[in-house]
Amino acid sequence: MCLALPARVVALLPDDQAQIDLGGVRKTVSVALTPDARVGDYVIVHVGHAIGLIDAAEAERTLALFAEMALTPSEPSA
Amino acid sequence: MKYVDEFRDGALARGIADRIAAELQPGRRYSFMEFCGGHTHAIARYGIAELLPPEVRMIHGPGCPVCVLPIGRIDQAIHLALERGAILATYGDTMRVPASNSLSLMKAKARGADIRMVYSATDALALARANPQREVVFLAIGFETTTPPTALVIRQAAKEDLANFSVLSCHVLTPSAITHILESAEVRQYGTVPIDGFIGPAHVSIVIGSAPYQHFAEEYRKPVVIAGFEPLDVVQAIGMLVRQVNAGRAEVENEFIRAVTPEGNVAAQAVVSEVFELRERFEWRGLGEVPYSALKIRPAYARFDAERRFALDYRPVPDHKQCECGAILRGVKRPTDCKLFGTVCTPDNPMGSCMVSSEGACAAHYSYGRFRDIPVVSVPA
Repeated sequence: MCLALPARVVALLPDDQAQIDLGGVRKTVSVALTPDARVGDYVIVHVGHAIGLIDAAEAERTLALFAEMALTPSEPSA
Repeated sequence: MKYVDEFRDGALARGIADRIAAELQPGRRYSFMEFCGGHTHAIARYGIAELLPPEVRMIHGPGCPVCVLPIGRIDQAIHLALERGAILATYGDTMRVPASNSLSLMKAKARGADIRMVYSATDALALARANPQREVVFLAIGFETTTPPTALVIRQAAKEDLANFSVLSCHVLTPSAITHILESAEVRQYGTVPIDGFIGPAHVSIVIGSAPYQHFAEEYRKPVVIAGFEPLDVVQAIGMLVRQVNAGRAEVENEFIRAVTPEGNVAAQAVVSEVFELRERFEWRGLGEVPYSALKIRPAYARFDAERRFALDYRPVPDHKQCECGAILRGVKRPTDCKLFGTVCTPDNPMGSCMVSSEGACAAHYSYGRFRDIPVVSVPA
């Protein structure tokens, strides 16, 4: 139910709408709840609405924390 | 996909699980409740339960809006569609929730009710515009993630002065449900549900922020770690909870910092409080009546409130006697403790709500875990 996916804003449209790219699929969603969203930002899309923005720097930091936490180093992915 | 794939690295997840195992204190058991159905689903789907050392137990919480929707609410929706001639628009998740008289929205549709599955609340509004001669009711369910979109369409309907649109609000609140669990007899007195900490919701927290959980850390001395829905997020959060327990800390920590801020989405909160106000009480399946745990439409928008528009009464209806959804939603029982699990009750023909949504504890275990219950025995050739 609370499923939501990160998608990139491709274009801002009139009436608080935006075109987003979701792994190659383009879709129009509402950005009325994320007035700060700009083209190139990643938004979290839930039931046709962007409900939040992704902070790219924090995402990198979180990935670094995973690597730090892991006891056994991760195999380089093929 | 960016921000998805890199959070699903299996080798890294194993490495974090190894670290968790290495940091456990000897002789200690750890029980954490994941509140959200999204986390329940991730734990089952990605095999996180198997990755964890046996001393760490995950208890499934009531954070699946489909699962906690009581029969009485579905009955109201069916009544509107079957007897009042309304077009009922709803998210697909609610279609198979069992209701009274062996009905569900799906079965009511087969009997001729005009029920339409929608992806978004705005689709329900479009239905109202396209059918001005019909009443269109949106059955609005969900936690704090789906509430802002519902608030937006009510505000839009007022702006357009739509005369045939209304909302049956079943929106519920996460913090009051957590309080209810912490106050329950099983947790407080009997100790049958030992909870050492919570994994806090992902997308709900994007909207409400991390601040509302402070109360649980301070008043109840329970650590809370907000986590994203990807498997690495969940494993990392469990590790953070183990560290808090080991150190005797009870704090709110935020693993999902790439999307959750302390104050949350202020624009979303503003539109919700403009349109909705607290309900004094609301029945949850499994938890019973929980005070101030749901939202109703404010008097200023009363004409869009289906309960007032159709003068609906709420009648509570008990669940099927053999169904253990109630105890499962409170963390007291596991899906396999239920006699109906996997026999009478399956995702194709759910008897209880936990088997309906893929985020329900029973459906998640049925889809991803039920074969693990059967020991593998090698037969000599």
